[in-house]
Amino acid sequence: MVAPRVEISEAVVERGRARLLGPVTCAFAPAPITAVMGPNGAGKTSFLKLLHGLERPRGGQVQWAGATPREQSYVPQRAIVLRRSVRENLALPLKLRGQASDARVAQSAERLGLTALLDTHAPRLSGGEAQRLALARALITGPKVLFLDEPTANLDVPGLSRVEEILVEEAARGTRILLCTHGVAQARRLADAVIWVAGGQVHAPLGAAQFFSDPPDVARQFLELM
Amino acid sequence: METAPLISDLAEITLRSLRVSVTAVILAAAIGIPFGAWLAVTRFGGRRAAVAVLNALMGLPPVVVGLVLYLLLSRSGPLGVLDLLFTTWAMILAQVIIVLPLIASLSHQVLRDLWAEYRDLLVSLGATRRQRIWVLIWDARRSLLTAVLAAFGRAVGEVGAILIVGGNIDHLTRVLTTAVTLEVSKGNLTFAVALGAVLIVISLAVSLALHALSKAERVRPW
Repeated sequence: MVAPRVEISEAVVERGRARLLGPVTCAFAPAPITAVMGPNGAGKTSFLKLLHGLERPRGGQVQWAGATPREQSYVPQRAIVLRRSVRENLALPLKLRGQASDARVAQSAERLGLTALLDTHAPRLSGGEAQRLALARALITGPKVLFLDEPTANLDVPGLSRVEEILVEEAARGTRILLCTHGVAQARRLADAVIWVAGGQVHAPLGAAQFFSDPPDVARQFLELM
Repeated sequence: METAPLISDLAEITLRSLRVSVTAVILAAAIGIPFGAWLAVTRFGGRRAAVAVLNALMGLPPVVVGLVLYLLLSRSGPLGVLDLLFTTWAMILAQVIIVLPLIASLSHQVLRDLWAEYRDLLVSLGATRRQRIWVLIWDARRSLLTAVLAAFGRAVGEVGAILIVGGNIDHLTRVLTTAVTLEVSKGNLTFAVALGAVLIVISLAVSLALHALSKAERVRPW
């Protein structure tokens, strides 16, 4: 299996006349877990969306090798839940691919503690439950690359621990995870590499040990405040 | 007029009214909902103009629709060969033209908002355009049904266009609204009032159905 690798050249993300990100030029093979960090409004979400193809660059391009867009999954900061039951939400990615779903839905629900909620109308879930549902749905197709935007923002401590355990398990299976987080402690616990994003500029990934022991100047002040 | 023929006429006219309007609304929904959905998920040059035209068509004067359709369907018109003028199919066609923009525009508004909510998920999952449209329509089915019921209310109460293309022929194209106009002109107010009462009952039934749908949705989503 070819390890996923991405090449970004001169990519710019704009909304109207405002430039949100870029120009970004870099190439890397994502580490098992890569934390994408930076201050609020730095462009982290735009960067994840650019990588996954949800943002089309105004200029430049993004090219993946070893993971097609269908082999990637994305969980946004605010979980998107379909106006259907939890079971139907989980089954959708498989149905769209014409795959059988019952066993995998049950397995996935159990893993994220959603079994008792399978027949609940998903819009009635709490924020934390919706976030677990979004993660379960993203994992159900067995993606090679998983993009997570603040996946634990609404979770209580047991929920957060469970999700972190699952991310470690997934990374061990070979899934490459790119995780937007404000939590320095979380990044220290989980990340193998860190990509720093600030002011719409993306800095090349650094090993997590190096990043936290000797942070680049652009990140030092932020880390000292945390 | 004796009571028995009055009731049988009333039943016949009511059933014809329902058959014409229900058929028209089903046809308009079958075209208008997918079109509204397509418009919601597709970006192309001129899209805003297309939406503006669609919204403007909601206000089409029915009499003008009837007149244009009459010219098209009359023997010397381009569609005269179909021999549809003064048939219930001509009336159905007129009602489709009147309610299609209403259904398409309301569907577009509902599905555009849902698309804004679902877009990232469906694009991320690699859903094809057809799959995106189907997911949106399924998840918005309650709101879409409301739009369809509203369209039915408009269709069943319409008189101008179907009077022109249907001709208000007894036992053939006479429906509730055209019968009311005829009976009033004849001074037969008793029958006119009975016909009007049936129309009001149908309108009330549509309103109650809308209310029940919204209540059922609050209690138990379906």
